[in-house]
Amino acid sequence: MNTVNPVEASETSIAKIDPDQVKVDVRGLNFFYGKTQALKTVSVAIARNQVTALIGPSGCGKSTLLRTLNRMYALYPGQRAEGEILLDGENVLGAGVDLAKLRARVGMVFQKPTPFPMSIYDNVAFGVRLYENLSKPDMDARVEEALTRAALWGEVKDNLKGPGLGLSGGQQQRLCVARGVAVRPEVLLLDEPTSALDPISSAKLEETVTQLKADHTIIIVTHNLGQAARVSDYTGFMYLGTLVEFGKTDEVFTHPATRKTSDYITGRFG
Amino acid sequence: MNAGKLMRRKISDLAFKVFCVTVTFLALMALAAILWSLLSQGLGGLNLDVFTKSTPAPGSPGGLANAIVGSLMMCVLAMVMALTIGVLAGTWLAEYGGRSAYGAVVRFLNDVLLSAPSILVGLFVYELLVAPFHGFSGFAGAVALALLAVPVITRTTEDVLLLQASTLREAGVALGAPLSYVIQQVLWRSARAGLLTGSLLAFARISGETAPLLFTALNNQFFSLDLRHPTANLPVVIFNYALSAYDDWRRLAWAGALLIAATVLLVTVVARIVAKEQRHS
Repeated sequence: MNTVNPVEASETSIAKIDPDQVKVDVRGLNFFYGKTQALKTVSVAIARNQVTALIGPSGCGKSTLLRTLNRMYALYPGQRAEGEILLDGENVLGAGVDLAKLRARVGMVFQKPTPFPMSIYDNVAFGVRLYENLSKPDMDARVEEALTRAALWGEVKDNLKGPGLGLSGGQQQRLCVARGVAVRPEVLLLDEPTSALDPISSAKLEETVTQLKADHTIIIVTHNLGQAARVSDYTGFMYLGTLVEFGKTDEVFTHPATRKTSDYITGRFG
Repeated sequence: MNAGKLMRRKISDLAFKVFCVTVTFLALMALAAILWSLLSQGLGGLNLDVFTKSTPAPGSPGGLANAIVGSLMMCVLAMVMALTIGVLAGTWLAEYGGRSAYGAVVRFLNDVLLSAPSILVGLFVYELLVAPFHGFSGFAGAVALALLAVPVITRTTEDVLLLQASTLREAGVALGAPLSYVIQQVLWRSARAGLLTGSLLAFARISGETAPLLFTALNNQFFSLDLRHPTANLPVVIFNYALSAYDDWRRLAWAGALLIAATVLLVTVVARIVAKEQRHS
Protein backbone atom coordinates (compact mmCIF):
# COMPACT_ATOMS: atom_id res chain seq x y z
CA MET A 1 0.00 0.00 0.00
CA ASN A 2 2.37 2.67 -1.19
CA THR A 3 -0.30 4.93 -2.57
CA VAL A 4 -2.86 5.60 0.08
CA ASN A 5 -5.59 7.67 -1.46
CA PRO A 6 -8.46 8.72 0.76
CA VAL A 7 -11.69 7.59 -0.78
CA GLU A 8 -13.84 10.32 -2.33
CA ALA A 9 -17.60 10.03 -2.01
CA SER A 10 -17.88 10.02 -5.77
CA GLU A 11 -15.82 6.85 -5.88
CA THR A 12 -18.28 4.81 -3.87
CA SER A 13 -21.17 2.68 -5.00
CA ILE A 14 -23.73 1.60 -2.41
CA ALA A 15 -26.68 -0.47 -3.57
CA LYS A 16 -30.06 0.19 -1.95
CA ILE A 17 -32.12 -2.58 -0.42
CA ASP A 18 -35.91 -2.86 -0.51
CA PRO A 19 -37.00 -1.10 2.74
CA ASP A 20 -39.24 -4.05 3.67
CA GLN A 21 -36.22 -6.32 3.65
CA VAL A 22 -34.00 -4.18 5.88
CA LYS A 23 -33.04 -5.70 9.24
CA VAL A 24 -30.19 -3.40 10.22
CA ASP A 25 -29.91 0.12 8.87
CA VAL A 26 -26.59 1.88 9.49
CA ARG A 27 -26.84 5.65 8.91
CA GLY A 28 -23.92 8.03 8.87
CA LEU A 29 -21.83 6.01 11.29
CA ASN A 30 -18.55 7.48 12.54
CA PHE A 31 -16.35 5.58 14.96
CA PHE A 32 -13.42 6.72 17.07
CA TYR A 33 -10.70 4.91 19.01
CA GLY A 34 -9.79 7.86 21.18
CA LYS A 35 -8.83 10.48 18.60
CA THR A 36 -8.34 8.07 15.71
CA GLN A 37 -11.31 7.86 13.40
CA ALA A 38 -11.84 4.29 12.24
CA LEU A 39 -15.17 4.62 10.42
CA LYS A 40 -16.11 7.56 8.20
CA THR A 41 -19.82 8.17 7.64
CA VAL A 42 -20.67 4.59 6.83
CA SER A 43 -24.24 4.08 5.63
CA VAL A 44 -25.52 0.68 4.63
CA ALA A 45 -28.68 -1.38 4.91
CA ILE A 46 -28.41 -5.07 5.79
CA ALA A 47 -31.05 -7.45 4.45
CA ARG A 48 -33.10 -9.74 6.67
CA ASN A 49 -32.28 -13.49 6.56
CA GLN A 50 -29.42 -12.97 4.16
CA VAL A 51 -25.69 -13.36 4.58
CA THR A 52 -23.76 -10.12 4.20
CA ALA A 53 -19.98 -10.32 3.89
CA LEU A 54 -17.62 -7.48 4.76
CA ILE A 55 -14.29 -7.61 2.97
CA GLY A 56 -11.28 -5.31 2.75
CA PRO A 57 -7.62 -5.08 3.74
CA SER A 58 -6.51 -5.23 7.40
CA GLY A 59 -7.37 -2.11 9.34
CA CYS A 60 -10.09 -0.99 6.92
CA GLY A 61 -12.72 -0.93 9.69
CA LYS A 62 -14.76 -4.03 8.89
CA SER A 63 -14.33 -5.56 12.35
CA THR A 64 -14.94 -2.16 13.89
CA LEU A 65 -18.23 -1.89 11.99
CA LEU A 66 -19.19 -5.34 13.26
CA ARG A 67 -18.37 -4.39 16.86
CA THR A 68 -20.63 -1.33 16.73
CA LEU A 69 -23.66 -3.45 15.83
CA ASN A 70 -23.77 -5.12 19.26
CA ARG A 71 -21.96 -2.23 20.95
CA MET A 72 -19.09 -4.50 21.98
CA TYR A 73 -16.89 -1.41 21.93
CA ALA A 74 -18.76 -0.10 24.99
CA LEU A 75 -16.56 -2.39 27.14
CA TYR A 76 -13.67 -0.05 26.45
CA PRO A 77 -13.55 3.53 27.61
CA GLY A 78 -12.34 5.92 24.92
CA GLN A 79 -14.13 4.15 22.07
CA ARG A 80 -17.25 5.86 20.77
CA ALA A 81 -19.68 5.78 17.87
CA GLU A 82 -21.67 8.60 16.29
CA GLY A 83 -24.63 8.24 13.95
CA GLU A 84 -27.48 5.77 13.92
CA ILE A 85 -27.80 2.02 13.70
CA LEU A 86 -31.43 0.99 13.43
CA LEU A 87 -32.30 -2.58 14.38
CA ASP A 88 -35.88 -3.06 13.20
CA GLY A 89 -36.20 0.71 13.35
CA GLU A 90 -34.79 1.12 16.89
CA ASN A 91 -31.54 3.01 17.31
CA VAL A 92 -29.07 0.69 19.11
CA LEU A 93 -26.68 3.58 19.69
CA GLY A 94 -29.35 5.39 21.77
CA ALA A 95 -28.63 6.26 25.39
CA GLY A 96 -31.35 4.15 27.01
CA VAL A 97 -30.52 0.90 25.25
CA ASP A 98 -30.13 -2.16 27.51
CA LEU A 99 -26.81 -3.53 26.28
CA ALA A 100 -27.35 -7.04 27.63
CA LYS A 101 -30.69 -7.32 25.83
CA LEU A 102 -29.21 -5.88 22.65
CA ARG A 103 -26.45 -8.48 22.72
CA ALA A 104 -28.96 -11.25 23.28
CA ARG A 105 -30.64 -10.08 20.03
CA VAL A 106 -27.36 -9.55 18.17
CA GLY A 107 -25.04 -12.52 18.76
CA MET A 108 -21.35 -12.70 17.92
CA VAL A 109 -18.73 -15.33 17.11
CA PHE A 110 -15.07 -14.36 17.31
CA GLN A 111 -11.94 -14.99 15.32
CA LYS A 112 -10.46 -17.41 17.83
CA PRO A 113 -12.64 -20.08 19.40
CA THR A 114 -13.59 -19.02 22.93
CA PRO A 115 -15.19 -21.98 24.70
CA PHE A 116 -15.87 -21.31 28.37
CA PRO A 117 -14.10 -23.53 30.91
CA MET A 118 -17.15 -25.72 31.46
CA SER A 119 -18.89 -28.69 29.84
CA ILE A 120 -20.10 -28.65 26.23
CA TYR A 121 -23.68 -28.68 27.50
CA ASP A 122 -23.12 -25.77 29.89
CA ASN A 123 -21.38 -23.78 27.16
CA VAL A 124 -24.47 -23.98 24.98
CA ALA A 125 -26.88 -23.43 27.88
CA PHE A 126 -24.89 -20.46 29.24
CA GLY A 127 -26.71 -17.72 27.35
CA VAL A 128 -30.10 -19.44 27.43
CA ARG A 129 -30.07 -19.59 31.24
CA LEU A 130 -29.68 -15.83 31.38
CA TYR A 131 -33.02 -15.10 29.75
CA GLU A 132 -35.18 -18.20 29.92
CA ASN A 133 -36.22 -20.58 32.68
CA LEU A 134 -36.38 -23.82 30.76
CA SER A 135 -37.21 -27.17 32.32
CA LYS A 136 -34.53 -29.83 32.02
CA PRO A 137 -36.14 -31.57 29.00
CA ASP A 138 -36.71 -28.21 27.26
CA MET A 139 -33.11 -27.19 27.88
CA ASP A 140 -31.89 -30.55 26.60
CA ALA A 141 -33.93 -30.01 23.46
CA ARG A 142 -32.59 -26.47 23.03
CA VAL A 143 -28.99 -27.63 23.42
CA GLU A 144 -29.52 -30.41 20.88
CA GLU A 145 -31.18 -28.01 18.45
CA ALA A 146 -28.34 -25.49 18.73
CA LEU A 147 -25.63 -28.12 18.34
CA THR A 148 -27.47 -29.60 15.36
CA ARG A 149 -27.69 -26.20 13.69
CA ALA A 150 -23.98 -25.70 14.23
CA ALA A 151 -23.35 -29.13 12.66
CA LEU A 152 -21.70 -30.41 15.81
CA TRP A 153 -24.38 -32.61 17.40
CA GLY A 154 -23.24 -35.84 15.77
CA GLU A 155 -19.69 -35.39 17.03
CA VAL A 156 -20.48 -34.50 20.65
CA LYS A 157 -23.85 -36.06 21.48
CA ASP A 158 -22.23 -38.80 23.58
CA ASN A 159 -19.89 -36.40 25.34
CA LEU A 160 -22.07 -33.46 26.41
CA LYS A 161 -20.58 -33.52 29.92
CA GLY A 162 -17.06 -33.34 28.51
CA PRO A 163 -15.12 -30.08 28.67
CA GLY A 164 -15.62 -27.59 25.82
CA LEU A 165 -11.89 -26.97 25.85
CA GLY A 166 -11.28 -30.64 25.06
CA LEU A 167 -12.65 -30.27 21.52
CA SER A 168 -10.54 -29.61 18.43
CA GLY A 169 -10.21 -26.04 17.14
CA GLY A 170 -12.85 -26.48 14.45
CA GLN A 171 -15.24 -28.14 16.87
CA GLN A 172 -14.63 -25.40 19.44
CA GLN A 173 -15.59 -22.77 16.87
CA ARG A 174 -18.77 -24.62 15.95
CA LEU A 175 -19.48 -24.91 19.70
CA CYS A 176 -19.23 -21.11 19.86
CA VAL A 177 -21.68 -20.86 16.95
CA ALA A 178 -24.03 -23.26 18.77
CA ARG A 179 -23.70 -21.17 21.94
CA GLY A 180 -24.56 -18.09 19.92
CA VAL A 181 -27.59 -19.52 18.11
CA ALA A 182 -28.92 -21.19 21.27
CA VAL A 183 -30.18 -17.82 22.55
CA ARG A 184 -31.97 -17.37 19.20
CA PRO A 185 -30.50 -14.03 18.24
CA GLU A 186 -32.07 -12.17 15.32
CA VAL A 187 -28.69 -11.12 13.98
CA LEU A 188 -25.47 -13.14 14.12
CA LEU A 189 -22.12 -11.38 13.70
CA LEU A 190 -19.19 -13.53 12.62
CA ASP A 191 -15.77 -11.92 12.96
CA GLU A 192 -13.37 -13.89 10.73
CA PRO A 193 -14.76 -17.12 12.15
CA THR A 194 -12.59 -19.46 10.08
CA SER A 195 -9.25 -17.68 10.15
CA ALA A 196 -7.94 -19.98 12.90
CA LEU A 197 -9.35 -23.15 11.33
CA ASP A 198 -8.07 -25.78 8.90
CA PRO A 199 -9.72 -26.02 5.45
CA ILE A 200 -12.02 -28.92 6.32
CA SER A 201 -13.32 -27.24 9.48
CA SER A 202 -13.71 -24.01 7.50
CA ALA A 203 -15.82 -25.76 4.89
CA LYS A 204 -18.05 -27.21 7.61
CA LEU A 205 -18.49 -23.81 9.18
CA GLU A 206 -19.37 -22.23 5.84
CA GLU A 207 -22.03 -24.89 5.33
CA THR A 208 -23.38 -24.04 8.79
CA VAL A 209 -23.56 -20.36 7.92
CA THR A 210 -25.55 -21.05 4.77
CA GLN A 211 -28.07 -23.11 6.75
CA LEU A 212 -28.37 -20.56 9.55
CA LYS A 213 -29.63 -17.76 7.36
CA ALA A 214 -33.10 -19.27 7.33
CA ASP A 215 -33.52 -18.04 10.90
CA HIS A 216 -30.90 -15.35 11.35
CA THR A 217 -29.57 -12.30 9.61
CA ILE A 218 -25.86 -12.94 9.26
CA ILE A 219 -22.99 -10.52 8.86
CA ILE A 220 -19.57 -12.07 8.34
CA VAL A 221 -16.20 -10.34 8.26
CA THR A 222 -13.66 -12.29 6.26
CA HIS A 223 -10.23 -11.98 4.71
CA ASN A 224 -10.99 -14.91 2.48
CA LEU A 225 -12.53 -13.62 -0.76
CA GLY A 226 -13.50 -17.09 -1.87
CA GLN A 227 -15.39 -17.54 1.34
CA ALA A 228 -17.24 -14.25 0.85
CA ALA A 229 -18.17 -15.32 -2.67
CA ARG A 230 -19.34 -18.75 -1.51
CA VAL A 231 -21.44 -17.92 1.53
CA SER A 232 -22.77 -14.41 1.11
CA ASP A 233 -25.73 -12.84 -0.71
CA TYR A 234 -24.44 -9.29 -0.29
CA THR A 235 -20.89 -8.02 -0.06
CA GLY A 236 -19.52 -4.76 1.26
CA PHE A 237 -15.96 -3.69 0.42
CA MET A 238 -14.33 -1.38 2.94
CA TYR A 239 -11.17 0.67 2.62
CA LEU A 240 -9.61 3.13 5.08
CA GLY A 241 -12.75 3.38 7.19
CA THR A 242 -15.07 3.97 4.27
CA LEU A 243 -17.60 1.62 2.74
CA VAL A 244 -16.50 1.80 -0.89
CA GLU A 245 -18.89 -0.62 -2.51
CA PHE A 246 -21.92 -2.57 -1.43
CA GLY A 247 -24.15 -4.76 -3.54
CA LYS A 248 -25.22 -8.25 -4.45
CA THR A 249 -22.23 -10.58 -4.09
CA ASP A 250 -22.46 -11.80 -7.71
CA GLU A 251 -22.28 -8.26 -9.01
CA VAL A 252 -19.54 -7.06 -6.69
CA PHE A 253 -17.33 -9.99 -7.66
CA THR A 254 -18.08 -10.13 -11.37
CA HIS A 255 -18.74 -6.47 -12.22
CA PRO A 256 -17.28 -4.32 -9.47
CA ALA A 257 -18.53 -0.76 -9.82
CA THR A 258 -15.44 0.97 -8.48
CA ARG A 259 -11.77 0.82 -9.39
CA LYS A 260 -10.74 0.17 -5.75
CA THR A 261 -12.98 -2.88 -5.44
CA SER A 262 -11.79 -4.25 -8.71
CA ASP A 263 -8.14 -3.78 -7.67
CA TYR A 264 -8.75 -5.51 -4.36
CA ILE A 265 -10.62 -8.55 -5.62
CA THR A 266 -8.16 -9.12 -8.44
CA GLY A 267 -5.36 -9.13 -5.88
CA ARG A 268 -3.66 -5.93 -6.94
CA PHE A 269 -3.44 -4.78 -3.31
CA GLY A 270 -4.52 -5.90 0.11
CA MET B 1 40.33 -11.82 14.53
CA ASN B 2 42.63 -10.85 17.37
CA ALA B 3 43.69 -14.08 19.15
CA GLY B 4 44.56 -12.36 22.42
CA LYS B 5 41.22 -10.63 22.59
CA LEU B 6 39.40 -13.87 21.90
CA MET B 7 41.34 -15.58 24.71
CA ARG B 8 40.51 -12.79 27.15
CA ARG B 9 36.83 -13.06 26.20
CA LYS B 10 36.90 -16.82 26.80
CA ILE B 11 38.56 -16.41 30.20
CA SER B 12 36.10 -13.77 31.36
CA ASP B 13 33.27 -15.97 30.11
CA LEU B 14 34.58 -18.89 32.14
CA ALA B 15 35.21 -16.72 35.22
CA PHE B 16 31.63 -15.47 35.10
CA LYS B 17 30.28 -19.00 34.86
CA VAL B 18 32.42 -20.19 37.76
CA PHE B 19 31.29 -17.21 39.84
CA CYS B 20 27.62 -17.93 39.15
CA VAL B 21 27.95 -21.61 39.99
CA THR B 22 29.87 -20.85 43.21
CA VAL B 23 27.33 -18.33 44.45
CA THR B 24 24.46 -20.66 43.65
CA PHE B 25 26.27 -23.42 45.53
CA LEU B 26 26.75 -21.17 48.57
CA ALA B 27 23.06 -20.26 48.60
CA LEU B 28 22.07 -23.91 48.33
CA MET B 29 24.52 -24.82 51.08
CA ALA B 30 22.83 -22.37 53.43
CA LEU B 31 19.45 -23.88 52.58
CA ALA B 32 20.80 -27.40 53.05
CA ALA B 33 22.30 -26.43 56.42
CA ILE B 34 18.95 -25.03 57.58
CA LEU B 35 17.08 -28.14 56.47
CA TRP B 36 19.71 -30.38 58.02
CA SER B 37 19.56 -28.74 61.44
CA LEU B 38 15.75 -28.75 61.25
CA LEU B 39 15.63 -32.44 60.45
CA SER B 40 18.35 -33.58 62.81
CA GLN B 41 17.05 -31.60 65.77
CA GLY B 42 13.35 -31.72 64.95
CA LEU B 43 12.84 -35.35 64.01
CA GLY B 44 13.99 -36.47 67.47
CA GLY B 45 11.29 -34.38 69.11
CA LEU B 46 8.49 -35.61 66.87
CA ASN B 47 6.22 -38.20 68.45
CA LEU B 48 2.51 -38.78 68.96
CA ASP B 49 2.50 -36.58 72.07
CA VAL B 50 3.37 -33.57 69.91
CA PHE B 51 -0.02 -33.85 68.22
CA THR B 52 -2.14 -34.96 71.18
CA LYS B 53 -0.85 -33.10 74.22
CA SER B 54 -0.73 -29.41 74.98
CA THR B 55 2.35 -27.37 75.82
CA PRO B 56 3.78 -28.60 79.14
CA ALA B 57 5.40 -27.05 82.18
CA PRO B 58 9.15 -27.58 82.06
CA GLY B 59 10.03 -31.13 82.94
CA SER B 60 6.60 -32.66 82.38
CA PRO B 61 5.56 -34.50 79.24
CA GLY B 62 3.65 -32.53 76.64
CA GLY B 63 3.19 -31.59 73.00
CA LEU B 64 2.07 -28.86 70.67
CA ALA B 65 -1.58 -29.80 70.12
CA ASN B 66 -2.89 -26.46 71.40
CA ALA B 67 -0.45 -24.50 69.23
CA ILE B 68 -1.13 -26.58 66.11
CA VAL B 69 -4.89 -26.21 66.44
CA GLY B 70 -4.59 -22.50 67.30
CA SER B 71 -2.37 -21.84 64.30
CA LEU B 72 -4.71 -23.75 62.00
CA MET B 73 -7.78 -21.89 63.24
CA MET B 74 -6.16 -18.49 62.88
CA CYS B 75 -4.68 -19.24 59.46
CA VAL B 76 -7.94 -20.62 58.10
CA LEU B 77 -9.96 -17.68 59.45
CA ALA B 78 -7.33 -15.28 58.09
CA MET B 79 -7.49 -16.91 54.66
CA VAL B 80 -11.30 -16.69 54.57
CA MET B 81 -11.09 -12.95 55.29
CA ALA B 82 -8.15 -12.37 52.97
CA LEU B 83 -9.66 -14.31 50.07
CA THR B 84 -12.92 -12.39 50.29
CA ILE B 85 -11.20 -9.03 50.28
CA GLY B 86 -8.24 -9.93 48.06
CA VAL B 87 -10.15 -11.66 45.26
CA LEU B 88 -12.74 -8.87 45.09
CA ALA B 89 -10.11 -6.12 45.21
CA GLY B 90 -8.00 -7.86 42.55
CA THR B 91 -11.09 -8.35 40.39
CA TRP B 92 -11.96 -4.68 40.71
CA LEU B 93 -8.43 -3.70 39.69
CA ALA B 94 -8.41 -6.04 36.70
CA GLU B 95 -11.95 -5.60 35.40
CA TYR B 96 -13.33 -2.29 36.56
CA GLY B 97 -11.25 0.48 38.07
CA GLY B 98 -7.71 -0.58 37.25
CA ARG B 99 -7.14 2.09 34.63
CA SER B 100 -8.46 5.01 36.69
CA ALA B 101 -6.28 7.22 38.87
CA TYR B 102 -7.94 5.73 41.94
CA GLY B 103 -7.07 2.28 40.61
CA ALA B 104 -3.42 3.27 40.25
CA VAL B 105 -3.37 4.53 43.86
CA VAL B 106 -4.97 1.33 45.15
CA ARG B 107 -2.45 -0.78 43.22
CA PHE B 108 0.47 1.25 44.55
CA LEU B 109 -0.72 1.07 48.16
CA ASN B 110 -1.29 -2.65 47.77
CA ASP B 111 2.31 -3.05 46.62
CA VAL B 112 3.47 -1.06 49.64
CA LEU B 113 1.44 -3.31 51.91
CA LEU B 114 2.93 -6.32 50.13
CA SER B 115 6.37 -5.44 51.44
CA ALA B 116 5.36 -3.88 54.77
CA PRO B 117 7.24 -5.36 57.75
CA SER B 118 4.94 -7.82 59.49
CA ILE B 119 5.78 -6.37 62.90
CA LEU B 120 4.11 -3.12 61.82
CA VAL B 121 0.99 -5.01 60.89
CA GLY B 122 1.08 -6.62 64.33
CA LEU B 123 1.40 -3.24 66.07
CA PHE B 124 -1.41 -1.81 63.94
CA VAL B 125 -3.80 -4.61 64.89
CA TYR B 126 -2.68 -4.31 68.50
CA GLU B 127 -3.78 -0.67 68.53
CA LEU B 128 -6.96 -1.50 66.65
CA LEU B 129 -8.23 -4.71 68.26
CA VAL B 130 -6.14 -5.53 71.36
CA ALA B 131 -5.55 -2.30 73.29
CA PRO B 132 -9.15 -1.00 73.10
CA PHE B 133 -10.59 -4.31 74.37
CA HIS B 134 -7.87 -4.86 76.99
CA GLY B 135 -7.12 -8.35 75.80
CA PHE B 136 -5.16 -10.42 73.33
CA SER B 137 -7.28 -12.68 71.16
CA GLY B 138 -7.12 -15.24 68.41
CA PHE B 139 -9.40 -13.01 66.32
CA ALA B 140 -6.88 -10.19 66.46
CA GLY B 141 -4.22 -12.70 65.39
CA ALA B 142 -6.33 -13.82 62.44
CA VAL B 143 -6.93 -10.22 61.38
CA ALA B 144 -3.18 -9.50 61.49
CA LEU B 145 -2.45 -12.58 59.37
CA ALA B 146 -5.25 -11.64 56.97
CA LEU B 147 -3.71 -8.19 56.50
CA LEU B 148 -0.51 -9.90 55.41
CA ALA B 149 -2.30 -12.22 53.00
CA VAL B 150 -4.62 -9.65 51.40
CA PRO B 151 -1.99 -7.86 49.27
CA VAL B 152 -0.58 -11.17 48.00
CA ILE B 153 -4.02 -12.38 46.94
CA THR B 154 -5.06 -9.02 45.48
CA ARG B 155 -1.94 -8.92 43.37
CA THR B 156 -2.25 -12.52 42.16
CA THR B 157 -5.94 -12.11 41.36
CA GLU B 158 -5.33 -9.03 39.25
CA ASP B 159 -2.43 -10.69 37.45
CA VAL B 160 -4.22 -13.93 36.59
CA LEU B 161 -7.40 -12.13 35.49
CA LEU B 162 -5.41 -9.90 33.16
CA LEU B 163 -3.84 -13.04 31.70
CA GLN B 164 -7.26 -14.29 30.58
CA ALA B 165 -7.89 -13.55 26.92
CA SER B 166 -10.00 -10.45 26.38
CA THR B 167 -11.96 -12.46 23.81
CA LEU B 168 -13.21 -14.70 26.62
CA ARG B 169 -14.62 -11.65 28.38
CA GLU B 170 -16.13 -10.38 25.12
CA ALA B 171 -17.58 -13.79 24.28
CA GLY B 172 -19.47 -13.85 27.57
CA VAL B 173 -20.70 -10.29 27.19
CA ALA B 174 -21.69 -11.00 23.56
CA LEU B 175 -24.22 -13.56 24.79
CA GLY B 176 -26.05 -10.84 26.67
CA ALA B 177 -24.52 -11.57 30.07
CA PRO B 178 -23.73 -8.67 32.42
CA LEU B 179 -19.99 -8.28 33.04
CA SER B 180 -20.37 -9.27 36.71
CA TYR B 181 -21.92 -12.58 35.64
CA VAL B 182 -19.17 -13.20 33.09
CA ILE B 183 -16.54 -12.54 35.76
CA GLN B 184 -18.07 -14.98 38.22
CA GLN B 185 -19.07 -17.72 35.81
CA VAL B 186 -16.32 -17.57 33.20
CA LEU B 187 -13.27 -15.55 34.23
CA TRP B 188 -12.90 -16.77 37.81
CA ARG B 189 -13.43 -20.31 36.61
CA SER B 190 -10.90 -19.91 33.87
CA ALA B 191 -8.40 -18.39 36.31
CA ARG B 192 -9.09 -20.78 39.17
CA ALA B 193 -5.74 -22.59 39.08
CA GLY B 194 -3.90 -19.26 39.26
CA LEU B 195 -6.15 -18.08 42.08
CA LEU B 196 -5.57 -21.32 43.97
CA THR B 197 -1.80 -21.06 43.52
CA GLY B 198 -1.83 -17.49 44.83
CA SER B 199 -3.91 -18.48 47.84
CA LEU B 200 -1.63 -21.37 48.70
CA LEU B 201 1.42 -19.13 48.51
CA ALA B 202 -0.32 -16.56 50.73
CA PHE B 203 -1.14 -19.36 53.16
CA ALA B 204 2.49 -20.46 53.15
CA ARG B 205 3.55 -16.89 53.80
CA ILE B 206 1.37 -16.36 56.89
CA SER B 207 1.79 -19.80 58.44
CA GLY B 208 5.23 -18.96 59.81
CA GLU B 209 4.66 -15.33 60.80
CA THR B 210 5.62 -14.66 64.42
CA ALA B 211 5.83 -10.90 64.88
CA PRO B 212 2.19 -10.05 64.16
CA LEU B 213 1.00 -12.80 66.51
CA LEU B 214 3.19 -11.66 69.42
CA PHE B 215 1.11 -8.48 69.61
CA THR B 216 -2.26 -10.01 68.93
CA ALA B 217 -2.90 -13.69 69.70
CA LEU B 218 -0.05 -13.84 72.21
CA ASN B 219 -0.09 -17.41 73.53
CA ASN B 220 -2.09 -19.82 75.62
CA GLN B 221 -0.69 -22.66 77.65
CA PHE B 222 -3.90 -24.64 77.43
CA PHE B 223 -5.95 -26.20 74.67
CA SER B 224 -8.72 -23.82 73.59
CA LEU B 225 -11.00 -23.40 70.60
CA ASP B 226 -12.17 -19.97 71.75
CA LEU B 227 -10.66 -17.29 69.55
CA ARG B 228 -11.95 -14.51 71.83
CA HIS B 229 -9.05 -15.20 74.18
CA PRO B 230 -5.28 -15.46 73.80
CA THR B 231 -4.64 -18.35 71.44
CA ALA B 232 -1.67 -20.68 71.28
CA ASN B 233 0.14 -20.84 67.95
CA LEU B 234 3.25 -22.52 66.61
CA PRO B 235 5.42 -19.49 65.77
CA VAL B 236 5.11 -17.86 69.21
CA VAL B 237 5.56 -21.18 71.01
CA ILE B 238 8.71 -21.79 68.98
CA PHE B 239 9.90 -18.28 69.79
CA ASN B 240 9.36 -18.75 73.54
CA TYR B 241 10.56 -22.33 73.81
CA ALA B 242 13.62 -21.95 71.65
CA LEU B 243 14.90 -19.18 73.91
CA SER B 244 14.16 -21.10 77.11
CA ALA B 245 16.67 -22.88 79.32
CA TYR B 246 14.85 -26.23 79.27
CA ASP B 247 15.96 -29.01 76.97
CA ASP B 248 12.50 -30.52 76.57
CA TRP B 249 11.08 -27.12 75.59
CA ARG B 250 13.83 -26.60 73.06
CA ARG B 251 13.12 -30.04 71.59
CA LEU B 252 9.48 -29.08 71.18
CA ALA B 253 10.50 -25.80 69.51
CA TRP B 254 12.53 -27.74 66.94
CA ALA B 255 9.66 -30.14 66.34
CA GLY B 256 7.32 -27.18 65.80
CA ALA B 257 9.77 -25.52 63.41
CA LEU B 258 9.98 -28.75 61.43
CA LEU B 259 6.18 -28.94 61.27
CA ILE B 260 5.91 -25.40 59.87
CA ALA B 261 8.68 -25.98 57.34
CA ALA B 262 7.12 -29.24 56.21
CA THR B 263 3.72 -27.56 55.83
CA VAL B 264 5.16 -24.69 53.80
CA LEU B 265 7.07 -27.14 51.62
CA LEU B 266 3.98 -29.25 51.02
CA VAL B 267 1.81 -26.23 50.20
CA THR B 268 4.42 -24.84 47.81
CA VAL B 269 4.77 -28.17 46.02
CA VAL B 270 0.98 -28.43 45.65
CA ALA B 271 0.89 -24.85 44.31
CA ARG B 272 3.52 -25.76 41.72
CA ILE B 273 1.66 -28.86 40.59
CA VAL B 274 -1.57 -26.87 40.28
CA ALA B 275 0.19 -24.16 38.27
CA LYS B 276 1.69 -26.74 35.95
CA GLU B 277 -1.67 -28.41 35.34
CA GLN B 278 -3.15 -25.03 34.44
CA ARG B 279 -0.49 -24.55 31.78
CA HIS B 280 -1.21 -27.98 30.32
CA SER B 281 -4.99 -27.70 30.13
